[in-house]
This record gives sequence, structure tokens and C-alpha cells, in this order.
Amino acid sequence: MNSPILKISGLTMDFGGIRALNRLELDVNSGEIVALIGPNGAGKTTFFNCLTGIYLPTAGEILLTPPGSSKSVSLKGLKPNQVTEKGLARTFQNIRLFSQMTVLENVMIGRHCRTKAFILGAIFRNAATRNEEKQIVAKSYEILEKVGLAHQANEFAKNLSYGAQRRLEIARALATEPFLLLLDEPAAGMNPQETLELDRLIREISADGQSILLIEHDMKLVMSLSDRIFVMDYGKKIAHGKPAEIRSNPAVIKAYLGEDVDA
Amino acid sequence: MSVFKQGMRGLFISLWFMFLTFPIMVIKVDPIERIVRWRWENCLYIGVGTFLVYFLLQYLLHRKLQSVESNTEKDNEPRESIIHRIIANPQQRNIMVGILLAVAIIFPYFSSSYQTNVMTTALMYVVLGLGLNIVVGMAGLLDLGYVAFYAVGAYTYALLNHHFQLGFWTVLPIGGGLAAIFGIMLGFPVLRLRGDYLAIVTLGFGEIIRLVLENWGEFSKGPSGISNIARPGFFGMEFSLDSAIIYLYYLMILFVIVTIFIVNRLQDSRLGRAWIALREDEIACQAMGIDKRKTKLVAFSLGAFWAGIIGVVFAAKTTFINPASFTFLESAIILAIVVLGGMGSIVGVIFGALVLILLPEYLRALSEYRMLAFGAILVAMMVFRPQGLISNIRRTYRFDKTQSLNVK
Repeated sequence: MNSPILKISGLTMDFGGIRALNRLELDVNSGEIVALIGPNGAGKTTFFNCLTGIYLPTAGEILLTPPGSSKSVSLKGLKPNQVTEKGLARTFQNIRLFSQMTVLENVMIGRHCRTKAFILGAIFRNAATRNEEKQIVAKSYEILEKVGLAHQANEFAKNLSYGAQRRLEIARALATEPFLLLLDEPAAGMNPQETLELDRLIREISADGQSILLIEHDMKLVMSLSDRIFVMDYGKKIAHGKPAEIRSNPAVIKAYLGEDVDA
Repeated sequence: MSVFKQGMRGLFISLWFMFLTFPIMVIKVDPIERIVRWRWENCLYIGVGTFLVYFLLQYLLHRKLQSVESNTEKDNEPRESIIHRIIANPQQRNIMVGILLAVAIIFPYFSSSYQTNVMTTALMYVVLGLGLNIVVGMAGLLDLGYVAFYAVGAYTYALLNHHFQLGFWTVLPIGGGLAAIFGIMLGFPVLRLRGDYLAIVTLGFGEIIRLVLENWGEFSKGPSGISNIARPGFFGMEFSLDSAIIYLYYLMILFVIVTIFIVNRLQDSRLGRAWIALREDEIACQAMGIDKRKTKLVAFSLGAFWAGIIGVVFAAKTTFINPASFTFLESAIILAIVVLGGMGSIVGVIFGALVLILLPEYLRALSEYRMLAFGAILVAMMVFRPQGLISNIRRTYRFDKTQSLNVK
């Protein structure tokens, strides 16, 4: 715990004349669950997209420090696949699974950036490639067992239930062996039972030492899971602290519920 | 819908068709006798024919809907076709492959050289289809200019043979390699494009190659083409025409086997999975750490490589090539093979190639209606079997606790 692995300073993103992110500051420590909340349109998903290389931020710095190392790498300007290679994996708000592939294959895709067989390896299938394939399957299977989808490994991803698809997205992201897991509204559209299972799953992953950055609207989930919470509104950080502090923070209440107009 | 309503609708549709086809089917101007012949009986045939076709379509649609309904009731259990069941069973599969191979090997001894020649052409299209299947079926990049790479291979052999007397086997890898380089050249500018836009650019690329070959006279001899290209030899041996045809046939059988082997291995590899992921969702694919640029370029160049190889074979087979062999129609036929057979399915593509190349050849009597039938078949396929004749099945893995891995 407590060594910072992600440090973001002055992150700004402009879309034409609209400033979606305004000098955002955020940091995540190793082993922590950090939540990012804010009203709709606050810029949370834009922030994720800047972080993972889908958008190129206008200004600011994103530094990732692998745990146990003192050297940090800048993620700014990297392509999404390079960001993933550096150890940052994400899930999507609207589920983006490979629907025509099996559940196991979806997770195996996550192993792609940690393996290296290429054309010749694929054609001649030498010992190294066969070994690598074996390890990919074994590791993917292990992850599927962790999220409780092992019994459906050979189903098509599109045939899974909604909650299972969400879990599969998490499994796929975990397969890339990230230092930091980014979850974009994992509980969106889930029923209370599924949310409860998700809560348990995130706790289990976190217990393995996985650091997690979470965007979520379900306040019950956020308050129970997070070590620290960042609150955003209009692209700016408006509050930051432990769940109990956030609950009573006047700026947060104002952002969510509006201001009194009795004056 | 009630039967009466259906009948009224069918009647209306057939009346409409009678009206539409009236000018071409009924009126005939006889320029010699300077009179107009009114062939009213044609009008009747059209009406009755349309009415029957309408009912046939309605019946098929009805059956399809019913099977969908009964399917959802049966817990969504997918009905496996006979071919899938055979492939799933290794013993049956080996017997099947053995029989096919035996038939393929003895085929030239039981048929005329014309038949063998037709079969060789069909086998060439099998390889072309499998090559395009990498680009379109697996990586999901709609390529309408595939014939350009075919042309590159053919002209590589024709020109090198014409100017430097290089032999077939020397040029074979050069043709394939050059086509692969052209694949990368096409790949670079279209890396950002998807779907319709990609299709338009590749279509343009195919036409550019053909137009260059047609108009750059000093280089390619223009529309008059290059003739007297050497047939493939066998360690310096030259063949008579008849045995050359048989030799080429066996060569193609070998190529098909090698291609199937390689494509099959690619499909189940790390690279093949990356292609399919790219087809399914580009953004998620990148977010999972797959280099989109590299994966796309490899797909383009590998697909083009097969086309180049077959281009060399084509030039050697016909001993004469000109740009007219490399029109858009050719690309369309290869694409139709992939779509008809089943995107991404190796067995499907082989089947599609044989159907689409052999049928027109044996139905030469009906050659006037070939394109009509072609269109009708493709439309019917899209309505009734959008996944193709033989759809792709994903490999399944079984995993034991004892860390030993069994792959079914």
C-alpha cells in the first residue's frame, strides 16, 4: 500500500471550444480502490479515454509508476495498445465484448500483449508456441474461475447474461496483468443481486493486491468499496477524501442536488 | 395474414410486374416487316410466374420464422449441420478427407483434359477465396480490390519470364512477395478506414492497378497483353500440353492442401484471434493491447500473398494474360465465394468456390442468365442464411484440474 502508482496533474482536454477536463489532479496508490464520481456529463468517461490513449489530452501529464519500481513512465501520447502494455487495463461503460468469440477466447485476447508468437510461430507451431498457447489457456481459465465463469468457457460471449458479460469484461482486462484496473460504470444496468455479486468480486480482486480506479453512479457500491473518492463536476475536481468526508461535503451536495434558492 | 389478404397482395404484385415488364416482354418491333408484334402470352407467363414465386417466398419465410420460434423454445440449442458434426468427430473427418483426397487424385484419369482444366480453375479460386477469407472473413476488412494482387502476381511472372526467362518456381515466391508488398502499400493509407470507406478505397486501388496495366504500354504491353508465357516445368522437364494440364492440376491440389493447412493454423493462433477480435470490435481490441496497425497490415499482406501466388499460377496456366482478366467482376466473384461459403469458415469457402466456379461452367447452356442467377442466389443467401452455407465454428477448449490441457 501507499506508494503512488498513478499520478495525474493538470490534465486538460478541449473539444473545440468546450473544455471537458479542466486541470484535473488525481492520484492512485498501490492496492487502493479509488472511485471517481460526478453528475452526468462531468467528464468522467472523457477522463478514462484520455488516460487509455483513445483521446490525446490537450495538456497535462499522466505518470504511471509500476509498483516496486521508482521509475515512472508517461502515458501521454501513447496508443491504446501501448497504454495497456504499460499496465493499465479498462472495461467499457457500454459492454464491448467480442461477441462471436467464446468466453475463453475473449480472455485469451487479453493475454495478447503479454505473449509474442507471430506468423511463423503460428504456421510451424514449434515447441515455444505450443507452450505459450498452453500457458495462455491455463492463465485465462484461472481468471475465468476467479470471476465465476469457468463453466461457461466455451459459450459464445453474446449468449451470456448481462451481469456475466460485465464480469467477463473484468476478466478480459485482468488477463492483461494490469498494475491498475480501470472500471467504467461496472454496475450500470445491473439488478441489486448482480450489484451485490459485483461488489464481492471487486473486493476479491482488490484482496489480491490489485489497484482499482472506478467510475460509478451507484452510491451504495462506491461508499462501501472505495478507500478514497474523487468528485468531479464540469471537468474539475471539486472534492477529494474518504467516503465519510465526501458524504457531508457541501460542494458535492451542491453538485448533485443543486443549491438553495431561498436568498 | 389471412390467405385472402396474401392472395390479394400476390395478385397486386404480379400485376405490377406485368406492367413493369410490358415494354420489353410484350412489345416487339419487327424492323423487317415494319410492324409491332404484341406478344400478350408473355404478359400472362410473367403474371403467373411472379404470383408463384411470391407464394414460394412467403412459404419459405413462414417456415424460417417458425423454425426460429421453435428454436427459442428449445433453449436456444443450435442445430448442427451434418458437415459440422463430421468435422467435430476426428474419425469421420479423417475418413472424409481421405475419400476427398482419393477422388481428387484419381480425377484426371477419369475425365477429359477439359474437365481437369475446369477443376484446376476451381482449385485456384479455392486458394484465392481462402486468401481473401483472411482479410474479409477473419480480420473483417472489406476488400473489393483483391484482384489487384492477383494481377501483380500474374504480371510479375509474365514480365520476368518475358524479359529474363525466369522459370515458374523462381518467380513463385517473388510474385507472392511482391503482392504482399503491394498489400502493405494498400494497407498503410487505409489503416484508419472501416466499412464502406475501406470498400471504396480498395475498389479504387483495384481499378488503378488495372488501368495502369492497360495504359502503360511500354511496361505491360497494354491491352494486347503478354503471350507465350512458359508453363511450369518439373526439374527442367518440359511437358506436352495434355500432361502439363494434369501436372498443373496436381500442383493446385498441393497448393490447396498447403493453404488449408496454413490458414487453419493461423486461425487458431494468437494472430488469428487478434484478427477476429479486430473484426468484432476495433476499440476494445486496441484497449486489450493489440496493435491495430500491425495486425491489419499483416492481414492485408498475407491475403495478398496468396493472390500473388495464384496470379503466377494463372499466368503459367493460360500462357497469355492481359488486363481484361483482372476486372472488378473477378474481385466480386472471389468476394461472393467468401460470403456465400461463410465468412471465416475454411470448409465454407472451399465449398463456395467449387459451387460458384463449377456451376456456371457446367450450366453453359444457360450462360445468358448467369449474372441473373448469381444476383438471385446472393440475395436469397442474405435473406435465408446470412452466415453462409457452412458457418464458422470456434474451437473449443477443455481444461482439467490436473493442469493437463486437452484440446477438442
